[in-house]
Amino acid sequence: MPTIALRGISKRFGSQVALRDVSLELGRGERVALVGENGAGKSSLMNVLYGLYAADTGEVRVDGRPARIRTPADALALGIGMVHQHFTLVPTLTVTENVVLGREPTRVGQLDLPRARAEVLATCARFGFALDVDARVDALTVGSQQKVEIVKALHRGVSTLVLDEPTAVLTPQEADELFTVTRRLSDEGLTVVLISHKLKEVLAFATRIAVMRRGEKVAEVRPAETTPESLAALMVGPRGPRPASVKAAPGPVVATLHRVSAGRLREVSCAVRAGEVLGIAGVDGNGQRELAEVLTGMRVPDDGALVVLGQRGALTPGRARALGVRHVPEDRLRHALVTDFSVAENAALGRHRAPPFAAGARIDVAGRLAETQALLDAHDVRPRAPHLRAGALSGGNQQKLVVGRELAGAPKLLVAVQPTRGLDLAAVDAVRGRLLDFRAGGGAVVLVSLDLDEVLALSDRLLVVHDGRVTGEFPREAFDERVIGRRMLGVLDA
Amino acid sequence: MTAFVLALFDSVLDAAPALVFAAVGTTLSERAGVVNVGVEGMMRAGAFAAAASALVLPTPWAVLVGAGVGAAIGALHGWLCIWARSDQVVSGMAINLVMLALGQFLLEAAFSSPSGTPPITQLTPWLGHSPLTWLAVALPFVVHAVVQRTPFGLRLRAVGEKPEAVAAMGVRVAPLRLAAVVASGALAGLGGAHLSTAVLDRFEHHMPAGLGFMAVAAMVFGRWRPLGAALAALFFSVGDALRLSLASSAPGLLEVVPQGVLLAMPYALTLVVLSLQRRGASRAPAALGRPYDPEVR
Repeated sequence: MPTIALRGISKRFGSQVALRDVSLELGRGERVALVGENGAGKSSLMNVLYGLYAADTGEVRVDGRPARIRTPADALALGIGMVHQHFTLVPTLTVTENVVLGREPTRVGQLDLPRARAEVLATCARFGFALDVDARVDALTVGSQQKVEIVKALHRGVSTLVLDEPTAVLTPQEADELFTVTRRLSDEGLTVVLISHKLKEVLAFATRIAVMRRGEKVAEVRPAETTPESLAALMVGPRGPRPASVKAAPGPVVATLHRVSAGRLREVSCAVRAGEVLGIAGVDGNGQRELAEVLTGMRVPDDGALVVLGQRGALTPGRARALGVRHVPEDRLRHALVTDFSVAENAALGRHRAPPFAAGARIDVAGRLAETQALLDAHDVRPRAPHLRAGALSGGNQQKLVVGRELAGAPKLLVAVQPTRGLDLAAVDAVRGRLLDFRAGGGAVVLVSLDLDEVLALSDRLLVVHDGRVTGEFPREAFDERVIGRRMLGVLDA
Repeated sequence: MTAFVLALFDSVLDAAPALVFAAVGTTLSERAGVVNVGVEGMMRAGAFAAAASALVLPTPWAVLVGAGVGAAIGALHGWLCIWARSDQVVSGMAINLVMLALGQFLLEAAFSSPSGTPPITQLTPWLGHSPLTWLAVALPFVVHAVVQRTPFGLRLRAVGEKPEAVAAMGVRVAPLRLAAVVASGALAGLGGAHLSTAVLDRFEHHMPAGLGFMAVAAMVFGRWRPLGAALAALFFSVGDALRLSLASSAPGLLEVVPQGVLLAMPYALTLVVLSLQRRGASRAPAALGRPYDPEVR
């Protein structure tokens, strides 16, 4: 007898179908994994269960009775809690305040903070969480913030807990800890739903796996009966083979940093060579963003020496471009695209002054159109519509447009920050393939990513940063996830 | 000198409450994440409603009418910003413009006078000042306590920083924000009522003459905190009172400094103070001005 049953759930956003007739059952103490590409509908389905989205059709049954879940309050009352991919914590409040928010203990109408604190401490103790309940949330590490999210749900006495991409921002150690804790809770009777696209962790953790593709549930399997390969095949459906990576043949040095400090970045020295991918691994906010900004001229170093493609001293974004540096920025909507401009206008950005995009002082509309068509074809940007608003493209196609634009005109150094974040598997493969092609053609790539798997898969050499300093450098032969994970946390010994 | 200071103190106690009410009220709306630049219009509506109803009602009731009308306009602003998801600054400015014109229209239509309503009975002073003065002394502390020490205040602070967090904990965002904007409107209306029932004994056509904008500046200067906003409002009021008492105690001054410069002083002071304030110090609520849509993707 399932505790919770979702039956025939459908949901549209405008003309886009997010969920199509999805049914899923959750039994007490089960650990169910929902896997699928981005946009497959995993989060949408759980948002329906949590009352954040209203389903167009279908019903939710709890303990066999139809349940009306129209708001998160309804879901919480039925014992359903959710930890969102993007945390729903108020950074300026303390852990205690965040946990009791919405059900605050009071004494004569006033917030009873001592009692709130005691209650939260009791919850932490009961479920085995070590948290500083008086700390402001913005002072906590991402791993601790996630614990706060889980404690929030447990504090409400939930019997079903949905975890949406919980390990996306965690180090391997933090992820291990999360799964250890969650497994124990599930042994004590908690039903856990894990949304993830990391097949390794899904296979290790779940008791049952539901696979979603384009808004539909396409399969339900037991971990013992499947392999990562067959799961991946179910997730993406039929598609072509993956491009094989060629061994790197590093050439001359194209950029050098000598004891460069900038913002959080402190006295970092490193060099990038032609024909290699230099990966930068680290937990978010440890200086990797500043490193990318220094290399692309978006930030002037506070101190230290910088040589980029033979040019000494500080850069501006314009000078960096002129030297052959290109940038795939972390936030493509802010720094790479003007979403209200057309695809063709966006394709011209940064090289709009030169032919074929300009003829003298005028815009060469025909030349721009032809060049854009070629770019869309070469990088398989869909739809092939140069006049479409760039904001109307899907995330994957936006990123293919950006990567295509940045790789045009034989650049020397590409700085790519989180280049595949939020993309579906097909687009991830396309973007990674382009980066490797560029490297094979003698280009230098600096790859900054919070996704350790991505850095490990693509890099020829890896720098680990922690607290603004380089805490490790590894050639590809010496990649060891455990060691690298410890260096990401600043642990240097062992 | 002592007499000068005492006179200054007295005139601050008379004039400051309007600005204090409005500034403290604005912190409520903005802490909940709704920009309120419609304070000027809400004050004007409150001032007019209080004066007009004082012609038929006892003045204390008229003051409540003023606050009520302010609250109603706050509700309108809240509806536009929260449900209709209009641009919050545009909605506020529209309220200011509509109230500017409506006040003038109603003056001429109802009282056939372009300059003001007939005189009314002022609020009976208590300990030498209007009861609203003493309310304005207490109110910032009350609002501070509500914001810092009650469940409502916790939710208010949370919803202005991260509405998603509030929604995820099962609290509905829209009614919470509406309550804050309505309270903000009520306090702005009360501030306006103070102008027409305590500072003067009628509604005058130029009321509140920019005080609403100064209230917004005081709120920013006070870093979105009730006590800070009240202090800033007091500071601006002292500046204004200083101008008035200088002008009356040293008439020779007017021959050297034109009247217009003195009139502009509090506003110029506002600009100077805001520009001197360190950037990082005045951190606005993170979700200020951002409508909440649970289904946004």
